[in-house]
Amino acid sequence: MRLELQKRAQVSTLFSILSPLLALALTLVVGGIMFWALGKSPTGALYTFFVEPLLDVWSLHELVIKAAPLILIAVGLAICYRSNNWNIGAEGQFTIGAITGSILPVLYPEWHSPMILPLMLVMGMIGGALYAGIPAFLKIRCNTNEILTSLMLVYIAQLFLDWLVRGPWRDPQGYNFPQTKSFQVEAVLPEVLDSGRAHMGIVFTLLAAVLLWFMMRFMLKGFQVSVLGQSARAGRFAGFSAKNMVWFSMLLSGALAGLAGISEVSGSIGHLQPTISPGYGFTAIIVAFLGRLNPLGIVASGFVLALTYLGGEAAQLSIGISDKVSRVFQGLILFFVLSCDTLIHYRIRLIFNPSAATAEAKN
Amino acid sequence: MTVSEGPEAKPLLSIRGLTKFFGSFAACDSIDLDIGHGEIHALLGENGAGKSTLVKMLFGVLEPSAGSISWDGAPVTIASPGEARQRGIGMVFQHFSLFEALTVAENIALSLDARIPLAKIAEETATVSKAYGLPLDPSAHVADLSVGERQRIEIVRALLQNPKLIILDEPTSVLTPQEAERLFETLMRLKAEGRSVLYISHRLEEVRRICDRATVLRHGKVTGACDPKRETPASLARMMVGTEVAEVKREGLADTGEVLVEMKDVSVAPRTPFSVSLKDVSLKVRAGEVLAIAGVAGNGQSELFDALSGEYPIADEGRIRLRGRAVGRLGINGRRLVGAGFVPEERHGHAAVPGLPLSDNLLLARSRSDKKAFLSGGFLSVLRRDAIQSAARRICSVMDVRKSGEDPAAGSLSGGNLQKFIVGRELDRQPSVLVINQPTWGVDAGAASRIRQALIDLAKAGSAVIVISQDLDEIFEIATTIAVISDGKLSAPYPAGDLSMEQIGLLMGGIHESHFGGEARYAS
Amino acid sequence: MFEAILLTVITASTPLVIAALGELVAERSGVLNLGVEGMMIMGAVSAFAAAQLTGSPYLGILAGIAGGALFSLLFGFLTLTLVANQVATGLALTILGLGLSGQLGESFVGMPGIKLQPIVIPLLSDIPFFGLVLFAQDLIFYLSVALVIGISWFLFKSRAGLKLRAIGDNHGSAHALGINVVRVRYLAVLFGGACAGLAGAQLSLVYTPQWVENMSAGRGWIALALVVFASWRPWRLLAGGYLFGAVTIGQLHAQAFGIGVPSQLLSALPYAATIVVLIIISHNRRMTLINTPASLGKPFVPDR
Repeated sequence: MRLELQKRAQVSTLFSILSPLLALALTLVVGGIMFWALGKSPTGALYTFFVEPLLDVWSLHELVIKAAPLILIAVGLAICYRSNNWNIGAEGQFTIGAITGSILPVLYPEWHSPMILPLMLVMGMIGGALYAGIPAFLKIRCNTNEILTSLMLVYIAQLFLDWLVRGPWRDPQGYNFPQTKSFQVEAVLPEVLDSGRAHMGIVFTLLAAVLLWFMMRFMLKGFQVSVLGQSARAGRFAGFSAKNMVWFSMLLSGALAGLAGISEVSGSIGHLQPTISPGYGFTAIIVAFLGRLNPLGIVASGFVLALTYLGGEAAQLSIGISDKVSRVFQGLILFFVLSCDTLIHYRIRLIFNPSAATAEAKN
Repeated sequence: MTVSEGPEAKPLLSIRGLTKFFGSFAACDSIDLDIGHGEIHALLGENGAGKSTLVKMLFGVLEPSAGSISWDGAPVTIASPGEARQRGIGMVFQHFSLFEALTVAENIALSLDARIPLAKIAEETATVSKAYGLPLDPSAHVADLSVGERQRIEIVRALLQNPKLIILDEPTSVLTPQEAERLFETLMRLKAEGRSVLYISHRLEEVRRICDRATVLRHGKVTGACDPKRETPASLARMMVGTEVAEVKREGLADTGEVLVEMKDVSVAPRTPFSVSLKDVSLKVRAGEVLAIAGVAGNGQSELFDALSGEYPIADEGRIRLRGRAVGRLGINGRRLVGAGFVPEERHGHAAVPGLPLSDNLLLARSRSDKKAFLSGGFLSVLRRDAIQSAARRICSVMDVRKSGEDPAAGSLSGGNLQKFIVGRELDRQPSVLVINQPTWGVDAGAASRIRQALIDLAKAGSAVIVISQDLDEIFEIATTIAVISDGKLSAPYPAGDLSMEQIGLLMGGIHESHFGGEARYAS
Repeated sequence: MFEAILLTVITASTPLVIAALGELVAERSGVLNLGVEGMMIMGAVSAFAAAQLTGSPYLGILAGIAGGALFSLLFGFLTLTLVANQVATGLALTILGLGLSGQLGESFVGMPGIKLQPIVIPLLSDIPFFGLVLFAQDLIFYLSVALVIGISWFLFKSRAGLKLRAIGDNHGSAHALGINVVRVRYLAVLFGGACAGLAGAQLSLVYTPQWVENMSAGRGWIALALVVFASWRPWRLLAGGYLFGAVTIGQLHAQAFGIGVPSQLLSALPYAATIVVLIIISHNRRMTLINTPASLGKPFVPDR
């Protein structure tokens, strides 16, 4: 028996839509088997994991809070990946964005001005963008692989944050806890609705997603992204600059990750602490692929991945499964998405017996 | 071993009803073919006729969908190249199956028994290559070798397996006429030793010269089996193409206009470890002129194209002039704005993005030059899809591009149709300068003739055309002036009528290959 | 004192060298597997679990190798059979590996580990100065040295290694010559997985004999950088691995001495060093172009 791929003449539109759904279905099946193996009822556990969090207002707000950074980071990464720039250090850009965005409230806690919040957001974006600018610069100037450099910078950013909140930025009145002073009211992102905690971060997120969708679909810039991503040589023939695209995509994704970072800290945590992200920067990679690198698709997939976080918490509380299960689910989703994407470009044939296949072709 | 084969003589290779499907498309459809001992058998056909598919089945690279193969009278299945080699079939691929990072001996070792030590292989390589007049250094790295030397590796590799049948896929398309001449001598020796040769080509003259029999393929079917010496090129061409191919009309070409393209002593250092440097290249092309640049692949053609197109601008502004304007440091879009159009050699991934639809591929070359027509919204640069798509439709109908859907992906078009689109994309702008690299490489005869006519018509209308080509027949068909590139140096231009095939061949061999001799007469 | 430092350097370098060697073989065949971190951590948790359950660190080693290898099959199936994007699939492998190992290892957190004991080679270990350092080591260290020698012989002296390099240079040509590209690449990926698993086993049985979530701490990524640093050559890789090990240990000792530099800054040193080394090595574009296997990361679909 062997598995054979046949290239499709045209990309299959049907499978472009079906593939992420198929991947989710497969994830649920494997997830069910996993719960069963852990001695839990598969349906019950899946219900706790994926349905229960959707049933009350509080957790819907939590869902939005978790989805916002995932989507915001992922739409930026999608532009990177489409243009063949592999920024996988969004977690670090998120962290640095949170730090630079927090400079004002940490250093000037007495400054009560409506200007502070917009300034924080802008500084967060600049911080994230500059941090993503490092691998971009190295890629352009020194031909250094951006995958490895952007990833190494994640570790460095996290250690830097750790040092800040344990050292110079620690709140002196904080009973020695490694965290900064809580931000003044003016420095906190307001909530969107009165009914819960979800903050303005989701608004920036949706705005960014729609703008980038418009860019990719209708603007010359988006066309440049796809051309340079699919063939650098054809891009050069078109007169598009691959170097500028490295800058554009890396700085854009860094700025969005930085915005996500400062939004998370200002809107949801209220101060800096050693750990500010449950791996949003990495999970966003999955979000980007599950959304087929399409900004609107990413909005949908962001909520799916946010649900795995909530589901993990819920499952830990009510059926005593470790919340590590969410990470497993996230990994599985990415695997199945990548497998199912093969169907978009290839027809898959299982051949059990080569001579039978020959006979079939004769007819 | 006698050449003539009586009906009672058992053929070395006999295939019956050999068929290969790719999906529902039959690349080879019920092919019958016999090759006798000591015979040079030609397999003729256009690009896409199924020649390569057929030989890949014979060499065990592709698995036949139906049909049978007999070898020395016994039915066989050839499941892998290893099996083919064991039976005594050797193969010289058109797109060489060589490894640039490895040495000659290592390349050869890969298709021999693993137990033979590398040192012994190197030794035998040297012996065999000398015996057949194909000099090779076993310890050289393939990356450093010329195209002709690379082909020698393939031939020596096949010979070291002591084959009964050697398959050569379009072997002369990469050689100078003189190198081809030496190849024919080698083939005659093989024949004299009683070996058989399956010789794939679309060059009718050489087939008539060296082959004993010919099988002609068209659209995957056998359309003729004949003795090529008794046929005329015209009758062979009819079997190959089916319909008459329109002859290119070149009356009224007059290359007397003002100079539109000028390069003056352009030198470019090699950009990658594997590319050639340009050395003091100068040229002038007038309105109405078709300058053809001949040369063996890998002698600086792509580098010359890059310098002319501005994909890699040069340091000195004044050394390249288009319509009198100094453009050396200008990028490709700047030069397009001056009125130039460009068609690179590689269709997939250079001239076009295979995964994108035709309309996007139109925009690829013209996003800047046709900004007013194709973009709106000021600095936002919003694409005007309607305008782009209707322009793509116009090009398709003018150039007779056959496609499967309204706006299909470029990669789904056949080589000929995609090339017509890519050329049409430039002609649609009526460029006053057109630079085109290998205009009909891998293109069927109908499309090739259409493209060549379009180039001549463009020159007649008062544009300057530069054609970089390896195909000497094509060059004689359309050029008014001919220059030859060799090792990054460009020869002086000659009026097309003043040069013979042989003289071009000598120039192509260049100064760096001394054994041809006699080129001093032309080097100016 | 100096001997003790040298010993710790070796212990810190060994997992880097082993994991990078495996990746080197995979990349030489043209496969870019960014999942080293994931395979490594799977090896670490498998090794720890097996050692706990059987009481034998040697069975732990075997389990680590098996864990890494099995996990790499997943990558092989996606990228070689289904021709999925190698970069994305490698990331997926790392994400899944970190998650799965956390889940599997949950019950082992905080347990005292079983340390792999050194094997003292008589006579040789009596050589003054470096005898104890080199000849009173654990099995995995000896394996790492054997692997460097074995792989450089395999790649440059054996016909199978020539085949593997040929595939990495041009998979189309290799296929046309009848070399089974996909099979060789599966084997190379499996070998890479086994090595990463062994490196993981070293972490949880030798380096810090216990199970801690994410205990690979980016070493898989550093191993990837090492392969580039070594220009795909085993002996250079050995040297590079020890350089990194020395940096890691150096910063640990500096922290212990309390030289007044924040510990986080010192901890960041190995990562910063990786970046610096990558910059230095890739600055020469020409050298990189010559050394990189030409078909690295490119998809291959055989036509039949």
